[in-house]
Amino acid sequence: MAALISTYAVADRPLRAHPSVGETISQTLTMARRAYIKMMRNPEQFFDVTIQPLLFTAMFAYIFGGAISGDVQSYLPTIITGILAQTALTASMARGTQLREDMDKGVFDRFKALPIARIAPLAGPAVADLLRYGIAATLTIVVGLLMGYRPGGGVGGVLAGWALTIFAGWSLSWIFTWLGTVMKTAGGVQGLGMMIMFPLTFLSPAFVPKETMPDWLQHFVDVNPVTLVINATRDLMNAGEVTMSVVWALVGCAAVVAIFAPLSVWSYSKKL
Amino acid sequence: MTTNSELAVSASGLVKTFGDFTAVDGIDLEIRRGEVFGVLGPNGAGKTTTLKMLATLLSIDAGSAEIFGVDVKAYPHQVRQLVGVTGQYASVDENLTATENLVLFGRLLGMSGKAARAASEELLESFGLEEAAKRQISKFSGGMRRRLDLAASLLSRPPLIFLDEPTTGLDPRTRGQMWDTIRTLVAGGSTVLLTTQYLDEADQLADRIAVIDRGVKVAEGTSEQLKTSVGSSTLHLRLSDKSQIAAAAAVVEKVTGDRPVLTPEAGGVNVPLADADRAADVLIGLRHADISITTANVQQPTLDEVFLALTGHGTESAENPEQTDRNIHTEEVA
Repeated sequence: MAALISTYAVADRPLRAHPSVGETISQTLTMARRAYIKMMRNPEQFFDVTIQPLLFTAMFAYIFGGAISGDVQSYLPTIITGILAQTALTASMARGTQLREDMDKGVFDRFKALPIARIAPLAGPAVADLLRYGIAATLTIVVGLLMGYRPGGGVGGVLAGWALTIFAGWSLSWIFTWLGTVMKTAGGVQGLGMMIMFPLTFLSPAFVPKETMPDWLQHFVDVNPVTLVINATRDLMNAGEVTMSVVWALVGCAAVVAIFAPLSVWSYSKKL
Repeated sequence: MTTNSELAVSASGLVKTFGDFTAVDGIDLEIRRGEVFGVLGPNGAGKTTTLKMLATLLSIDAGSAEIFGVDVKAYPHQVRQLVGVTGQYASVDENLTATENLVLFGRLLGMSGKAARAASEELLESFGLEEAAKRQISKFSGGMRRRLDLAASLLSRPPLIFLDEPTTGLDPRTRGQMWDTIRTLVAGGSTVLLTTQYLDEADQLADRIAVIDRGVKVAEGTSEQLKTSVGSSTLHLRLSDKSQIAAAAAVVEKVTGDRPVLTPEAGGVNVPLADADRAADVLIGLRHADISITTANVQQPTLDEVFLALTGHGTESAENPEQTDRNIHTEEVA
């Protein structure tokens, strides 16, 4: 024990000024692994990305299909892409509540005391969550195909839409990560998350054509980042085209990350 | 950047306020390399807040601190490379196993997966936790958590270790184990900053002790110096025959030169002693006077007495552990 516990002479250790980019990536992946192990130990964390897409896809298709598109079959290109965006958003919302709960635990004190990049404890779980978005997107598309959805974009278009959904979920999760670092309780994050999620999902062309909404509402719909993602997914999956919508969706997602990732790190570091 | 200070910790005028409440109000500390320094004080005295400021876990509102000559405010990332922190509440991940926790922290510190697993195995063995290696922490006892927490702090072999109330809430046996572990640590040459509410813990482990009360340092010295400054031990006697109490008091006064404190209803005689050796003289004197006793014990000054002597008030929060720092202080203000 004595040998192990002995410490190096202080002067022997060169102190690093900052974590390098390589270290930051390695630390983030280590944190992702921690989140992944925890996820596997707590299968409840998969409810929202398994049962919800199955339920919502079937439910919304059969309820709204006839009213909006005349029949379920012709509604599928609309609803599947809409549900994809919706699941990405709800799945990313969980990031905020989980981070808040996690930060209240003792282990975060240790993360703060370790000489590691401040972003690693925030970005790691976000990386692990890619698995959740992947499951949600895959299930939604599979259910759609089983119900008779025949995407015009072919395999390539569907894969591109699938990847865009995952990227969107990851990007939007930074909004909720930030909420997790500023709010005091997990319940608060959950409540505020809902208030953000519902308008973003329903004030978009996810379920109904934009044209059926009042003019003033359409203005909001146009600037809603979820609208950008939905339009892009539709162009990719239903038409197989890489349009300006796709570019705008990527730019929008990148902008969300560029704003909320630094805000999250700043607010997390300030809480020290 | 390398370090070359003779002092492991050098802090002056540390201040931390939370709103209107000043948790730490101008504390100076100097801790030499290789020593165990105890910070002693009741709940809410500002011990943990001081330690958290030194460990970069809380911002320093005023004053300055250096760890091995590295400025804490200016170079937090460097300071984190020099300090291992073990908190009041185990800072390990509940949902991971002991091994997974240690490997996680090892990887974060830049070890390869293989090195992290080897270090984890070695530490778990040293701390007698190898059988629990594959168990989730949520199934650990309090003592095991603390030991794992300490093991995690040692992964990087930090030259300075902060132990924040390492035995608070542990049963006496586990407490003894923790003390042994800390002694081994010190034998290995680490510098340790220890906070505690227990005088005997500081007495057992620390080379020097600072007594903190309401965010202010009220005394500093070796445990011997502190106890001497607080005065005396007390010999508590109980007489077989209560009617002999006056005679007993006379004997005591003759032997020690001081008047004892009497509790006649219980036949109790409490003798303040400048020196614990004087207890034998008192007992011999009573035997010669044919005064029989049922019990006799010598007590060191308690933390409460130390506090009473040093601050003029007792350790309120030690008596009411539920009470929070803020309550005590606002009450005093009111």
